[in-house]
Amino acid sequence: MANTLPTKPVRSPLDALLVTGAVATIGLLIVVPLASVFAEAFSQGPQAWWEAIAHDPDTRHAIWLSLTVAPVAVAFNTIFGIAAAWLVARFRFPGRSLLVALFDVPFSVSPVVAGLALVLIFGRQGLLGPTLAWLTLKVIFAWPGLVLATTFVTLPLVVRELIPVMEAIGPEEELAAVSLGANGWQVFWRVTLPNIRWALLHGIVLANARAMGEFGAVYVVSGHIAGATDTMPLRVEKLFQEYRTPASMTVASVLAALALVTLVAKVVIERRLEAESRDLAAVRNVAAEADPSPSSAGIP
Amino acid sequence: MSIHIRGISKKFGSFQALDNVSLEVPHGTLLALLGPSGSGKTTLLRIIAGLEAPDAGRIEEDGADVTDRHARHREVGFVFQHYALFRHMSVFENVAFGLRVRKTPDAEVRARVDELLHLVRLDGLGNRKPAQLSGGQRQRVALARALAIRPKILLLDEPFGALDAKVRVELRQWLRRLHDEIGMTSIFVTHDQEEAFELADEVVVMNQGKIEQRGTPDEVFEQPATPFVMDFLGNVNVFHGRVENGRAFWHGVPIAYPDYPHAQARPARVYLRPHELDIARLAATGSPADQNPNHSAGEEPSLLAEVLRVSRSGPLTRITCQPRDSSGELHVDLPTATARDHSFQPGETVAITPRNVRVFLPDPEYVI
Repeated sequence: MANTLPTKPVRSPLDALLVTGAVATIGLLIVVPLASVFAEAFSQGPQAWWEAIAHDPDTRHAIWLSLTVAPVAVAFNTIFGIAAAWLVARFRFPGRSLLVALFDVPFSVSPVVAGLALVLIFGRQGLLGPTLAWLTLKVIFAWPGLVLATTFVTLPLVVRELIPVMEAIGPEEELAAVSLGANGWQVFWRVTLPNIRWALLHGIVLANARAMGEFGAVYVVSGHIAGATDTMPLRVEKLFQEYRTPASMTVASVLAALALVTLVAKVVIERRLEAESRDLAAVRNVAAEADPSPSSAGIP
Repeated sequence: MSIHIRGISKKFGSFQALDNVSLEVPHGTLLALLGPSGSGKTTLLRIIAGLEAPDAGRIEEDGADVTDRHARHREVGFVFQHYALFRHMSVFENVAFGLRVRKTPDAEVRARVDELLHLVRLDGLGNRKPAQLSGGQRQRVALARALAIRPKILLLDEPFGALDAKVRVELRQWLRRLHDEIGMTSIFVTHDQEEAFELADEVVVMNQGKIEQRGTPDEVFEQPATPFVMDFLGNVNVFHGRVENGRAFWHGVPIAYPDYPHAQARPARVYLRPHELDIARLAATGSPADQNPNHSAGEEPSLLAEVLRVSRSGPLTRITCQPRDSSGELHVDLPTATARDHSFQPGETVAITPRNVRVFLPDPEYVI
């Protein structure tokens, strides 16, 4: 599609003004702030940058915590996302559109509210508080709470990515596999998963980026305990509040670097997704074009 | 394997896709389900394959009730309308799929797939992906994939719908040979009567979830059982006339119709096929004087009409006429050689005599 868009040379002063405005906006809002984070982080040289991370046990713990919470949350979302997308894309049932709308709740609700809701349920005074105390399970102000909060805010990302792709592919290949004798697992591993793999990866990358960067919901459920429940974004904020700007910027630069990696992965995956959808269109279009309408067999 | 369909009904929401359909398909038959879209033919095919569950009714194969058997245990080969090839798999793996899920030893898979690729004339294309194949090649991969599991029943949903005309005719003849060689029972769905008549041993015409007629291609074509079948087969002249005293009247021209001996006149639809009409030039001299100005006075009653157009399409020439007292048009098909001998000209008057006519009465159950 992109190569069919018209190209237009910059001619009038208005053209020049609009182009300059667009470039300035992107530069001012995205490029300059991102560059300044790295500039600030490395202002004392790479040695100081490394020491700010490696020699501060609380920072080290925050990085480790983020690197464990995010994958667990993403793993939950992957399993949930595939199951939910399969349900929604392959079956019609009462309450289906309500369910699809509910998938979006984590996007529309402020993360702080989500965090508070989790406290109300899993906190010591909360709904499940006594049960959790009896089981000697600590959720709020602990690792499970972080995972819950992160899972909640990233919930829509995988399922939202999969539903349109699964709907576009349609059930035919899966039905073909069944009629050839495949059982449910064989259909999933050999047909469904290979067909949705790039969309799934796309969702996972986005969910992971969001999980790493989540602040609001995690802030509420974590209790903000340095060396225990501080994730990377919380650590950045705490260091900043303690007037340790270079250290804060150092952790921020790690987060920003993760974002850049995500960006590259996203671009690569999106290219694959486009190629796949072109493949699908090629296989289907030949069919659609030559399909004569049934009315051609009518009365002269 | 013979298939016995007993009283199958299926609703989608408020839409009655199939309404108490029963059908027996003897072993070795190549049967066509012919009908317009929405007539329930694809739904019936999917129910036979177990891909759809009927609301009521039973399916039997060789006398064994398979209604509740899961699709993956039916061992039915199914070719989907748009083939539904596994896009990420090579042609080889597509064909091998049914064997792989059965944990067939690798050597055996290789031998069987090579044999099938040879059968569908795709030798050497095993490494291609479906997107790299032409429509006809994809269709043959889908067929090879369905045949790999050695099904007793082969079901095909609009198998040639997505192909261009030349490939379609070729594949049709090839499928017919294949069916005879393998000796299975095959059912295919089509909305193309030419396809159904050319390919099938038996044709089942469906409409609105019901079977309108079942018979050999000749039976269905020569003796359409209902107005729907007549209309659906198309290429027919339809007129509103009436019947009384063993005769049907078409523009005042009486035609013998012994099926209705009653004196009471009833409206009827008169169907005349273009190739079953005789056409003759009126003698230039002595235009017959008759009390009915619409038909001449010969022994055989005929209709006088004016030639509007003469158009040739291949071996047939179509002469479009207008009956004298009507604004409607009437088509007559002649072999082009015959038409050339007569060289009918637009504007001249001709006499048209039906060799064969079909009359359908509305609501036949009210006939006294």
